[in-house]
Amino acid sequence: MSTLEIKDLHASVRTEDGPKEILRGVDLTVKAGETHAIMGPNGSGKSTLAYAIAGHPKYEITSGEVLLDGESVLDMSVDERARAGLFLAMQYPVEVPGVSMANFLRSAATAVRGEAPKLRTWVKEVKSAMSDLDISDEFADRSVNEGFSGGEKKRHEVLQLALLNPKIAILDETDSGLDVDALRVVSEGVNRFRSPENGVLLITHYTRILQHITPDHVHVFSAGRIVESGGPELADDLEKNGYERFVKAVPA
Amino acid sequence: MTTTPEVQQQLTQEETLATLGRYDFGWADSDVAGSTARRGLSADVVADISRLKSEPQWMLDFRLKALDLFERKPMPRWGSDLSGIDFDNIKYFVRSSEKQAATWDDLPADIKNTYDKLGIPEAEKARLVSGVAAQYESEVVYHSIREDLEQQGVIFLDTDSGLREHPELFREYFGSVIPSGDNKFSALNSAVWSGGSFIYVPPGVHVEIPLQAYFRINTENMGQFERTLIIADEGSYVHYVEGCTAPIYKSDSLHSAVVEIVVKKNARVRYTTIQNWSNNVYNLVTKRAKAEEGATMEWVDGNLGSKVTMKYPAVMLMGEHAKGEVLSIAFAGEGQHQDAGAKMTHLAPNTSSTIISKSVARGGGRTSYRGLIRVNPRATGSRSTVKCDALLVDSISRSDTYPYVDIRTDDVSMGHEATVSKVSDDQLFYLMSRGLTEDEAMAMVVRGFVEPIARELPMEYALELNRLIELQMEGSVG
Repeated sequence: MSTLEIKDLHASVRTEDGPKEILRGVDLTVKAGETHAIMGPNGSGKSTLAYAIAGHPKYEITSGEVLLDGESVLDMSVDERARAGLFLAMQYPVEVPGVSMANFLRSAATAVRGEAPKLRTWVKEVKSAMSDLDISDEFADRSVNEGFSGGEKKRHEVLQLALLNPKIAILDETDSGLDVDALRVVSEGVNRFRSPENGVLLITHYTRILQHITPDHVHVFSAGRIVESGGPELADDLEKNGYERFVKAVPA
Repeated sequence: MTTTPEVQQQLTQEETLATLGRYDFGWADSDVAGSTARRGLSADVVADISRLKSEPQWMLDFRLKALDLFERKPMPRWGSDLSGIDFDNIKYFVRSSEKQAATWDDLPADIKNTYDKLGIPEAEKARLVSGVAAQYESEVVYHSIREDLEQQGVIFLDTDSGLREHPELFREYFGSVIPSGDNKFSALNSAVWSGGSFIYVPPGVHVEIPLQAYFRINTENMGQFERTLIIADEGSYVHYVEGCTAPIYKSDSLHSAVVEIVVKKNARVRYTTIQNWSNNVYNLVTKRAKAEEGATMEWVDGNLGSKVTMKYPAVMLMGEHAKGEVLSIAFAGEGQHQDAGAKMTHLAPNTSSTIISKSVARGGGRTSYRGLIRVNPRATGSRSTVKCDALLVDSISRSDTYPYVDIRTDDVSMGHEATVSKVSDDQLFYLMSRGLTEDEAMAMVVRGFVEPIARELPMEYALELNRLIELQMEGSVG
């Protein structure tokens, strides 16, 4: 049973004018079997939280802790975090020209599982995961994310989620830029992944993905920290009343 | 059997450690022939080479004239730094085996061992090649060609045997594409050439599986000057593949080949090189093809090794609708300068040329693309496309582009694109967030970058290229 604990996390982004503090004391615990939604207005630092946990070099952790099953991930390199069981589905997946999806997926699975998957079962596994997400076979030969539409990129992030089967999955704005059908397919993919064995941290601006993926906990993020937590009903409140009262409550 | 310890004595411990895991072909065999070979260049040396080979008088005259040209021509100063070449210290001819072997088992044990390690007999057994030539030092020591090709009239010999066995054909074409005085190094090659491949493909014959040659320098300060001549008669096709390796020594060796190709009407020749010389070899090669009407010449050129490479495969588009193509990959690590490119000369109407160049520099290495497109007034309706992309893996490496264009008619279509990119933090982060180490992520980006050319290589060379990229990328970060 896995647990991700974020304790009083402060982080800055490296800019040309020096570091700028974005995260200002985030506390959150995600246990296996739970889905947490973090909601907040643009610029509140939600995505920074995702990148900081995954270890993007642009962000510097100034204080606080991130523990996966009691072990600090902040001392780990980005790839060590991935191999320890963290996964980040990115808002803007990066293009890697000349590297086929097939090659990329197999390299990633080999790295995360610690050994190369048996070719026979692997091909079946990938095909079935692709068909679950309505991804056609030809994508296996295409370069990673190159020339993909927004929706195609997001499906491929969820495909990786399915194949890498992390302990804790962080989904950063996975719903942005999706049409109704793509949103359904992607949400179903996330729901298939959810199990008592793993936890999900869903970062979103809009409530519409929560109509497909029902969270156990909803947190409102503003000015770099969680300002309110509740159950699914908190999302309904946000849908009706917006973020305004939370933004006002916290001085920037 | 193996004499690796001998090499290690020649290097300090640090140097040996630095080479480990970097260059896999760096062992040396015991060097009986090389140690007795004489250094330096003179008319006597040239005459000796010709006499040892029992050559006709015209070839001796050709060599001596070329020597004169070599001595008169200045060193080229427009490209890489060549000041480290000591012509007086080079051994110009090393005969390592008394006669050419027809089976691997007939080779002297140490030479056989070298080619076993390089995996050449396996390629032949697995029928990945139609014919194999293996050149060790100055001469071709092993040669074979499939019988069915021989029956169709395909000639695949070492160049010395070509001169002996097909004197008329040889004399008609030898030096017809690259005159001795073309440049200092073509003159040098013309004076002291030895070995190389001589290929003739009769009209209409398609050689479906590549002919392959493997070049190996073993002696320190050795100069290898092979000379290759390929004649593809009308409507024929052949793919020739060459690979090159050498031991790691403290002081430098020189490889200076001349490759001439005649592509007759509607014929097609593809010439693939994977040059992986050790980092103490100056690699200064002149390669040029003449393409007649409707003919296609393709150079696939991979430069991974060597200290300095200067090589610009050229196509003279002589006949209407002739096509020339150069696909090149260059990889420069620490202490390496790859000055590579292409030269296309449009001499007839409706000819077309394509140059695609990809280079990767890391560890302070330097890559240069140097290309020339020349379109003569007659060559109306011609098309040319040049695309060169450079990838810098770190901030201490360097890449330059020197594109020269000389167009003498208005009726042409010409495209040129050049990019220089760096491996981005976001790419590395993305791949690492999927569990790949930083080195693996970097190697994956680099492999992807060269993929459009790697896929044109024969399978075993593409795999080799990938492996080399991984080796090169180990410890390349941080």
